[in-house]
Amino acid sequence: MTRATTVAKTVAAKPRPATMAQALQRAMRDAMAEDPTVHVLGEDVGTLGGVFRVTDGLQKEFGEDRVTDTPLAEAGILGTAVGMAMYGLRPVVEMQFDAFAYPAFEQLISHVSRMRNRTRGAMPMPLVVRVPYGGGIGGVEHHSDSSEAYYIATPGLHVVAPSTVEDAYGLLRAAIASDDPVIFLEPKRLYWSKADWSPESPAAVEPIGKAVVRRRGTSATLITYGPSVPVCLEAAEAAQAEGWDLEVVDLRSLVPFDDETVCASVRRTGRAVVVHESTGFGGPGGEIAARVSERCFHHLEAPVLRVAGFDIPYPPPMLERHHLPGVDRILDAVARLQWEAGS
Amino acid sequence: MQQRSSTVQAPPAAVANRPAPPPAWQPRVDPAPLLPDATPFRVIGTDAMADADPELLLRLYAELVRGRRYNAQATALTKQGRLAVYPSTTGQEACEVAAAMALEERDWLFPSYRDTLAAVARGLDPVQALTLLRGDWHTGYDPHEHRIAPLSTPLATQLPHAVGLAHAARLKGDDVVALAMVGDGGTSEGDFHEALNFAAVWQAPVVFLVQNNGFAISVPLAKQTAAPSLAHKAVGYGMPGRLVDGNDAVAVHQVLTEAVARARRGGGPTLVEAITYRIDAHTNADDATRYRGESEVEAWREHDPIRILERDLTERGVLGEDGVREAAEAAETMAAALRERMNADPVLDPMDLFAHVYAEQTAQLREQAAQLRAELDAESEA
Ligand SMILES: Cc1ncc(C[n+]2csc(CCOP(=O)(O)OP(=O)(O)O)c2C)c(N)n1
Repeated sequence: MTRATTVAKTVAAKPRPATMAQALQRAMRDAMAEDPTVHVLGEDVGTLGGVFRVTDGLQKEFGEDRVTDTPLAEAGILGTAVGMAMYGLRPVVEMQFDAFAYPAFEQLISHVSRMRNRTRGAMPMPLVVRVPYGGGIGGVEHHSDSSEAYYIATPGLHVVAPSTVEDAYGLLRAAIASDDPVIFLEPKRLYWSKADWSPESPAAVEPIGKAVVRRRGTSATLITYGPSVPVCLEAAEAAQAEGWDLEVVDLRSLVPFDDETVCASVRRTGRAVVVHESTGFGGPGGEIAARVSERCFHHLEAPVLRVAGFDIPYPPPMLERHHLPGVDRILDAVARLQWEAGS
Repeated sequence: MQQRSSTVQAPPAAVANRPAPPPAWQPRVDPAPLLPDATPFRVIGTDAMADADPELLLRLYAELVRGRRYNAQATALTKQGRLAVYPSTTGQEACEVAAAMALEERDWLFPSYRDTLAAVARGLDPVQALTLLRGDWHTGYDPHEHRIAPLSTPLATQLPHAVGLAHAARLKGDDVVALAMVGDGGTSEGDFHEALNFAAVWQAPVVFLVQNNGFAISVPLAKQTAAPSLAHKAVGYGMPGRLVDGNDAVAVHQVLTEAVARARRGGGPTLVEAITYRIDAHTNADDATRYRGESEVEAWREHDPIRILERDLTERGVLGEDGVREAAEAAETMAAALRERMNADPVLDPMDLFAHVYAEQTAQLREQAAQLRAELDAESEA
């Protein structure tokens, strides 16, 4: 190896600021370059590069046959992707916004999620549905829903939500490589979040289904995912002043659910708060709290609490800050963890 | 009033300065060749019958007879409790059989829940084709083996799958055609629209076959659509619509074969509407007397697909008594074998419940599988 190449490599691998949107785009690009069966389709994903530019440049590089602007029809997009998967392709579908994926729910629930099962494994559905999801960007109505409860209630789907630039890359690569359908929730308010990242030597692709401890702590666990992860980390810093040393677990994947990492953390800390944007009633927090209570009951010093969005349709942008779980609401819940029987 | 009209006499300045009008609008596609004929296409009873290949005619006849017997046998199995339900295609056999026979081996069939017979005519084991209706497994066959997608119960949802598969095949350079079947009621669903639109925009090698059998359960076509015909819907998507007599097996076979060939050579999709009639009730659970009279059914019995083909072939000496008897015997043999095999209880493994949800079982499913295993063990010990 000559000196020049060594230098070039060092330079190339040097981390530089990258956004989550760029990491996602890079994940698709790398997957497409490696595997000719990977196809991207959706509304405006080609010439425009998607309304969030996540597919920017892909059509130029891979052509219209592999990066396809479809007619404006979500059931049609997902339904044709099912047929493409039947013929050996790996479609990566973009839904333009969370609330515009609903027309495709029938395809998702009636076919995508159960095709493997109904055919006894003969017909897997290796497709990814990318959904820009969640609020906090001042979007008008139907542009801020957190629909993960619908997805996790459907057996046969994997449901994943990255919270960091690195994970966005790694998890999307893993999702595209998965032989099962993956709902890939992209926290849209983190699209422009930046991190130092080396696109040439990205973090190893972890299998879907592993949670990660983002912050070590001893007095309570915040269990969260997606857009609420940075909020919880901020809350953990703020809580220090009040004597709370909070652990933050980023689930990364809701299905499969990593009971092990979550429960190990709660057993260490004895207290837990689940934090997410979607509604509390019928939301993922209920399931998570129940699992933790069932498995860690004897380790718990207080009931598992939830900090969630209110049980309301997603509010208009000027009111959304009151709806979204923020640092104060999380700290209030943490204070309530000083629970005494009968109180 | 008077005063008003006098005030508008002078041409307003804006009109005088109006910019040149935009270019006159022209239709992007000449709709005339896409329009279906006014009457359904027929071959039986016309001069064209003389040109038909006698071997094909006899094959069609034998398949129709076998299909009728299959429908009768499957219906009987519901009465014996061997099948939970059977949506019969008695009276519609010409569509089912011709659909299967119009395809090459490499092509794909996308059937609805009613189209078991098309799957069987394509070569699928009748018992495997019936697992959905018997209740032992949703899809009893490997779809890749015969290139038959799972029978789809939600209406019209299999149509976009057909489009996607055909599109993928073409991208890969394979000259594969997908045939997607749907009922008249299913054409009202959004997925029907989206599938046709995608197919036309992508020029995907797909043929859509609508079996218009008069009813969606109890709702007649007039309450389903205000279109001149279902075949007319094709024009709006930019694909040809074809209207065919669905009880004329020769005509259905010809129209579908042409549409399949057209798709194969890159000509894009076709929508075929076959006019037929469901002689039996929607399923064994349905009471058809609530929504239609016996005289209507009788009129259609006169136009029965087997009857009209048999009469024509006999009159023209293509089919003799021997041929009729042989077809009946072959059908009887099939029915006896089906009856016998369906009378054996299927052997089920409850652990299959967890086997195919994901490529790899999740921790949660492994726990649940262990729970069921323990329950089964306890049961067998008791
Ligand atoms: C999406 C959906 N809605 C409702 C039903 C219940 N359903 C089953 S068959 C049927 C009527 C279908 O009529 P048609 O499409 O004409 O087909 P046919 O039964 O006549 O073959 C209905 C409403 C269904 N299977 N799927």
